[in-house]
Amino acid sequence: MDLSAINPVLLIASLMVAATPLLLAAIGELVVEKSGVLNLGVEGMMIVGAIAGFAFSVETGSPLLGVIGAAICGALLSLLFAFLTQFALANQVASGLALTLFGLGLSALMGQSYVGVRPPAMPRLDLPVLSDLPVVGPILFSHDPILYFGIALTAVVWAVLKFSRIGLILRAVGENHDAAHALGYHVVRVRILAIMFGGACAGLGGAYISLIRVPQWTEGMTAGIGWIALALVVFASWKPWRVLLGAYLFGGINVLQLNLQAAGVAIPVEYLAMSPYLITILVLVIMSADKSGAPASLGRIFHASQ
Amino acid sequence: MIRLEKRPQPSKTLSLATPLIAVVVTMIAGGLLFATLGKNPFEAIRTIFWDPLFGEYAFYYRPQLLVKGAPLVLIAIGLSLGFRAGIWNIGAEGQYIVGAICGAGVGLAFYPMESFLIFPLMVLAGALGGWAWAMIPALLKVKFGTNEILVSLMLVYVAEQLLASMSLGLLKNPQGFGFPGSRNLQDYASAHNAELITGSGMHWGVVAAFIAVILAYVLLNKHILGFNIRLSGEAPRAARFAGVNPTRLILFCLGASGALAGLAGLFEVSGPSGQVSIDFNAGYGFTAIIVAFLGRLHPVGIMLAGLLMALTYIGGDIAESNLQLPAAAIQVFQGMLLFFLLALDLLTNYRLKFASKGVA
Amino acid sequence: MKLTKLLTSAAVALGLATTAMAEDKTKVGFVFVGPVGDGGWTYEHNKGRLAVEEKYGDKVETVFVESVPEGPDAERVMTQMALDGADLIFTTSFGYMDPTINVAKKFPKVKFEHATGYKQADNVSVYSARFYEGRAVQGHIAGSMTKSNVIGYIGSYPIPEVIRGINSAYIHAKKVNPDVQFKIVWAYTWFDPAKEADAAKVLIEQGADVILQHTDSTAPQAAAQAAGNVITFGQASDMSEYGPLPRVSSIIDDWAPYYIARVGAVMDGTWTSTSTWDGIGAGMVGIGEISDAVPADIKEQALALKASLASGEYHAFTGPVNKQDGSAWLADGETADDGTLAGMNFYVEGIEGDVPN
Repeated sequence: MDLSAINPVLLIASLMVAATPLLLAAIGELVVEKSGVLNLGVEGMMIVGAIAGFAFSVETGSPLLGVIGAAICGALLSLLFAFLTQFALANQVASGLALTLFGLGLSALMGQSYVGVRPPAMPRLDLPVLSDLPVVGPILFSHDPILYFGIALTAVVWAVLKFSRIGLILRAVGENHDAAHALGYHVVRVRILAIMFGGACAGLGGAYISLIRVPQWTEGMTAGIGWIALALVVFASWKPWRVLLGAYLFGGINVLQLNLQAAGVAIPVEYLAMSPYLITILVLVIMSADKSGAPASLGRIFHASQ
Repeated sequence: MIRLEKRPQPSKTLSLATPLIAVVVTMIAGGLLFATLGKNPFEAIRTIFWDPLFGEYAFYYRPQLLVKGAPLVLIAIGLSLGFRAGIWNIGAEGQYIVGAICGAGVGLAFYPMESFLIFPLMVLAGALGGWAWAMIPALLKVKFGTNEILVSLMLVYVAEQLLASMSLGLLKNPQGFGFPGSRNLQDYASAHNAELITGSGMHWGVVAAFIAVILAYVLLNKHILGFNIRLSGEAPRAARFAGVNPTRLILFCLGASGALAGLAGLFEVSGPSGQVSIDFNAGYGFTAIIVAFLGRLHPVGIMLAGLLMALTYIGGDIAESNLQLPAAAIQVFQGMLLFFLLALDLLTNYRLKFASKGVA
Repeated sequence: MKLTKLLTSAAVALGLATTAMAEDKTKVGFVFVGPVGDGGWTYEHNKGRLAVEEKYGDKVETVFVESVPEGPDAERVMTQMALDGADLIFTTSFGYMDPTINVAKKFPKVKFEHATGYKQADNVSVYSARFYEGRAVQGHIAGSMTKSNVIGYIGSYPIPEVIRGINSAYIHAKKVNPDVQFKIVWAYTWFDPAKEADAAKVLIEQGADVILQHTDSTAPQAAAQAAGNVITFGQASDMSEYGPLPRVSSIIDDWAPYYIARVGAVMDGTWTSTSTWDGIGAGMVGIGEISDAVPADIKEQALALKASLASGEYHAFTGPVNKQDGSAWLADGETADDGTLAGMNFYVEGIEGDVPN
């Protein structure tokens, strides 16, 4: 065992990368759920984002265009869910699961000619001086732009939800759609926009995996990250900064357990591999005292004539 | 402009007709998909829906429909109870795995003793294993108000790691030359969940699925507990006034769904699958959620939905092999089927009204 | 011959042309555990299938089903292929072992080939590749090239196949570099590119400058490239898109020669049940091109090692080798028997840590 081999600075830097796809998808889902809609299709939208981003950036040669394409495709796919739940008034749990199934299949069809292709690299945002700082440099100032975008997005979502009129409407719709409707807000329109935002974020998260974190395309490559993102939202009791914290915590535990393995810590490996999930449950129990965040209309079907 | 008007009561005719319409619409949309992939759409649809039931080798596929459908139905019946009451167990996959591990563990502990008592003990252990795994989210919810969706889901991942560890360690076949995976229970008469009539596909899991459908039907329609479940889901406040104990309901619903998922795991591991291995679970726990909703949370509906899902799996595999359709196309096709079923469900509960703009 | 021709023309006349044509062709089925687009294990098996088609053209018809779960689904897919007239079925995952045996019992005339298992029958052959021979070459290059003397190893599950590879790589790295140390991380998954990327990063952060992987994605390659000064080896497929650095060479699963030979044997009626465990010599294990990033002398030694493994002159597990606990395993000059290798569940002396379980 050699714990000194673990470098905490690098550990933090790499957990930030590991957490980013989770963060992006979870922040999107948070907005969706704040509007009172539960979309379990995150995994499906992520994987479609992963292949769409990959294909776009390979075809255009620009990772940035790829990322934008991924967000658009994620949003388009989420429209399917929006149609089902907002117009056809279908059950949200079932529609979300169907979306995941559909997305996994669709992505595999789309990606058939992209196996074994190497995508153009996303340039790292190297800030002179800052990136070279000891400790802070590698942690804060030498990542890819999307990672910063994720953090910025968290801040924006937090501010919009808390201070703006849009945030107020969104929360009103999520808390009590009948009252919001009575006040003259377009419940369905608000929710569709929220769902599309969620889809775009999930698509972005997927593209982060296929373009930056891995980077390659293989079928089913999101390997359950969408589900974890979903869990994170509840875990964070619908608070943006806690989503960030949760994403780092989850990413951190995973990176830490691999670090402990590499350092030869004598804990049975299978228990280390379980640990991220067990600790998530534990933290969840501790945090479940706080029920302030759950939108009251979450998952309920809205129809104006009711 | 089209307007929706809620029906005072769900239409009986349409609730029977919409699934059929959905299947037909899926066939059309799926046919288009297959055509764009350069396959003959009619042949593909026939291969998926017709061949397993009435084709040349239907004698083999019909029993397989039961084998594939039984675990789905068994799990979905359990889940539907909770879903009706607004209790969301989405970790049936984990309970399925733990049920299989416990049941197979008990059987293997007796190896090579032969006794007619071993199989019943395994069934008990399987149900208990699944029940216990579901009790974790149940107790956490009751005690701390922890969200059961999340806990049950996390426990799926834990169960998967446990499964890997068991296949590589405790339950590893001592005569397996160090390879992962347990002894094959098909070769151990007392623990083997064999077909009751050879070639029929009927094993104890299929029987259990039928019993579960009947019991759930009786429970929901004739029993006060079933009434409470429905009341809690449809009108939580009314349920509280009616004196429904939410704690007991949570424990019952999660416990029952866990036990049924555990049973499904046990019947699978001791029968069609035969052994505990790293990749023993094939996603039944998640597919069952879809089956539960496709069946509209109604026991008979679930049974039919389970068989329909099984049909698309079996027919899908045949189409892959005979027409060289990619597996992804079958997945998309299944996704479409679900979309159309869900979308058309609207017609059961709402009436479409055509009105001029502005009236609404 | 004449009679067959006569019958064929009669059949054509009767409008049974398609059936008769189908009988002329040898039908070969493949059951795959992953999608053909996984870029690794299944991808390579599918390449083998395509090679069969290319070799025999019209004389052969191949069918496959991908992403088949192990267990009853696999059994059903195999049965379906047999019912639909397959003459030979390749089942390409260890977990298909018992289903293959079950189905083979029901169809004694159909031939089966099961990859990586150990259960044989009159109509069931088993085949596998001696990847550990490739690991020996890898270990040699890795031990020679490492500057930090730390080699990272990403394992999937602690099964004999993976442990054998670790031991083989370690023995040959140690031979050229007595100070070498192996850091082993178990991913506990067959497939999760994001986790593999994390594992590679962790190993690099802990000082590894060579990453060996027993998982199929290119994620570790990309992580190594981002880190710089780290070398890697392609796994399962060549991964040449990451050459010349970080990927300096690779171990390639090449099933094509075996598949072509077995299909040929079915066609000319010489197929018998066999147990094949081939390595570099038979071409089942390929060593991808060693890139220019490897110094010429090391490259030469590696190629010499490869040649001696291929000719059978040298065995990758040749004594003296002790087990991890220091007890003797192979005496001087003794080579490991296949039985021990097949079920290998211990580390050799010098590797730190325990095999999980």
